[in-house]
Amino acid sequence: MPQVTLIEAVTQALAHEMARDPSVVVLGEDVGVNGGVFRATVGLSERFGPERVLDTPLDETMIAGLAVGLATQGMKPVAEAQFEGFVFPMFDHIYCHAARFRNRTRGRMTCPLVLRAPWGGGIRAPEHHSDAPEAMFAHVPGLRVVIPSSPARAYGLLLAAIRDPDPVIFFEPKRIYRQYKEEVPDDGEALPLDVCFVLRDGTDATLVTWGASVKECLEAADQLAAEGVSVEVIDVATLRPLDIDTILESVAKTRRCVIVHEAPKTGGVGAEIAARLAERAMYDLVAPVERVCGWDTHMPLFRLEMKYLPSTARIVEGVRRVLAHG
Amino acid sequence: MSIVAKFAVEHVQYLDPEGRLADHAPAVAQDLERLVATYQAMARVRVFDAKAINLQRTGKLGTYASCLGHEAAHVAIGMAMRPEDCFAPMYREYGAQFVRGVKPREVLLYWGGDERGNDFSGPKHDYPWCVPIATQCLHAAGAALAFRTRREPRVAVTVVGDGGSSKSDFYGAINAAGVWNLPFVCVIVNNQWAISVPRRMQSAAETLAQKGIAAGIASVQVDGNDAIAMLDVLDRAIARARAGEGPMLVEAVTYRLHDHTTADDARRYRGEDEVKAAWAREPMKRLRAYLAGRGAWDDAKEKAWLEQCEREVNAEVDAYLASSPPPTRAMFDHLYAELPADVAEQRRLAGQ
Repeated sequence: MPQVTLIEAVTQALAHEMARDPSVVVLGEDVGVNGGVFRATVGLSERFGPERVLDTPLDETMIAGLAVGLATQGMKPVAEAQFEGFVFPMFDHIYCHAARFRNRTRGRMTCPLVLRAPWGGGIRAPEHHSDAPEAMFAHVPGLRVVIPSSPARAYGLLLAAIRDPDPVIFFEPKRIYRQYKEEVPDDGEALPLDVCFVLRDGTDATLVTWGASVKECLEAADQLAAEGVSVEVIDVATLRPLDIDTILESVAKTRRCVIVHEAPKTGGVGAEIAARLAERAMYDLVAPVERVCGWDTHMPLFRLEMKYLPSTARIVEGVRRVLAHG
Repeated sequence: MSIVAKFAVEHVQYLDPEGRLADHAPAVAQDLERLVATYQAMARVRVFDAKAINLQRTGKLGTYASCLGHEAAHVAIGMAMRPEDCFAPMYREYGAQFVRGVKPREVLLYWGGDERGNDFSGPKHDYPWCVPIATQCLHAAGAALAFRTRREPRVAVTVVGDGGSSKSDFYGAINAAGVWNLPFVCVIVNNQWAISVPRRMQSAAETLAQKGIAAGIASVQVDGNDAIAMLDVLDRAIARARAGEGPMLVEAVTYRLHDHTTADDARRYRGEDEVKAAWAREPMKRLRAYLAGRGAWDDAKEKAWLEQCEREVNAEVDAYLASSPPPTRAMFDHLYAELPADVAEQRRLAGQ
């Protein structure tokens, strides 16, 4: 059984789907001979040829627009933005076109593209290489926004994203690209989209998170367990459409919820989750919903980035605050 | 110092504003049957355009983008393409679309505020009207890339305006088409005005065609009011693209005789003299004169054809006016292949 890192799981999923489905093509900057700046597409050009692994001119707008063109004509493009900080020139095509083609043509045309991008902070990268813009995409009707948090989920969710008949934004937490290996059989088994994954059962509080922060949430749960506090940890995984039912079910049990994400707090996806808890779980809760997030500042350059990202200590404090109630 | 490269931009015109044919005219000038069909399509879309503007003025249509003056450029695109080719329009190329099977009632439905207009009777792979300027150029390039990848002998044709040729999407599309030698034809329909901003303020480039030179693709400027030149150039551009001989950029020089849309008032930014001069160069008069001179068209045919167009367009208008708005739930019908549970709840709340 192969032991792979998260980034190797991405490569494994891409290769599996390209072998299975001739309509899958990969395009982006440096994805060909170089195998991508993070090596997510390494070996694909040699195996599938330069017509299916397209090194594009350096133009993010172009990559997104081409992906829309390919997807609306029966192909399954998997476009790569080199970093999440470079997705903004692509946003026009994602927001105005990819998300809307099915609706505006009344189903005549569909746009099953995948836009992959390394996402988030924590790798001491230069400016514009460490952001968490998922809320901007999660706000858009017609899109799916997926962020895996382990090698197995990267493999299974990317397969599902490529097979999905609608556009999927697939953000990969680069901080944990090579954090650890786990067994990921290359069996072509997709994981379900649109559902949360309960990573740890608990009874006293629920930690709701996604991406690299899953690591700190699990650490926080370990620390609190040593004190006799039982914390449930949920990886949201698909931020849109949001599986609120799994979160509601957990909160009905634990009666306390802390939402953790590295994006800025204001207007983040955590705000949507908190609003839905207010709508539907008001009387289950014994404490106000806490949010432990990136500050409402710009992502700082890397000397301060670990002060910006939610730390295990901040998450533990957040849980202690909700535990003070009830 | 040495010169590393030299470029020239060809201008193509065969039919002058009076309908006189140049000596070096191409074979299409002798294909009177095709030219009559082209003229008829131009006349039909002009009748439609006037009706659509009237519908807007009388409150029966939303904002509408007129195609008045663009008929030769637009219809020639439709005439030069095959059904299996893919058309990515901007939002006033009805002349091309009618030739490809789109119905007038569908255009009206779209500008009448109903997405069903985009589920039109033209080829199912043709793109819907595209409002974010120039984005369609990249969709066409992506379509061309799909055709090339699948080894299909199909061509993607897109239209952009003089204003749209300032956008990065346009540059990205011709750049990609050049790099990968895509079966792609981009027609800049240069109608001199991007709402109120004149052509000279879009670019210091002497021609818009020369933008294609920077992308390394064949580029030509055409009198966009000369249907014979448009047909000849587009026939060649599409044939060579289909044969794998590369993409082409065509600048069709024309003039927007109407306001940008019915929400615009062009008198705010351009003089009557300019418009009057443009009317003297408009595309229908010269083709009609040429066909009449060749004995292929006359006043009786003109009258009969216009009457037929009136009848047909009126029937289309009636069909549009008789259509009911979609039910409220239609907003949710095509959001995703399968509606997520939380949005399904909103559909219930929105009611019928």
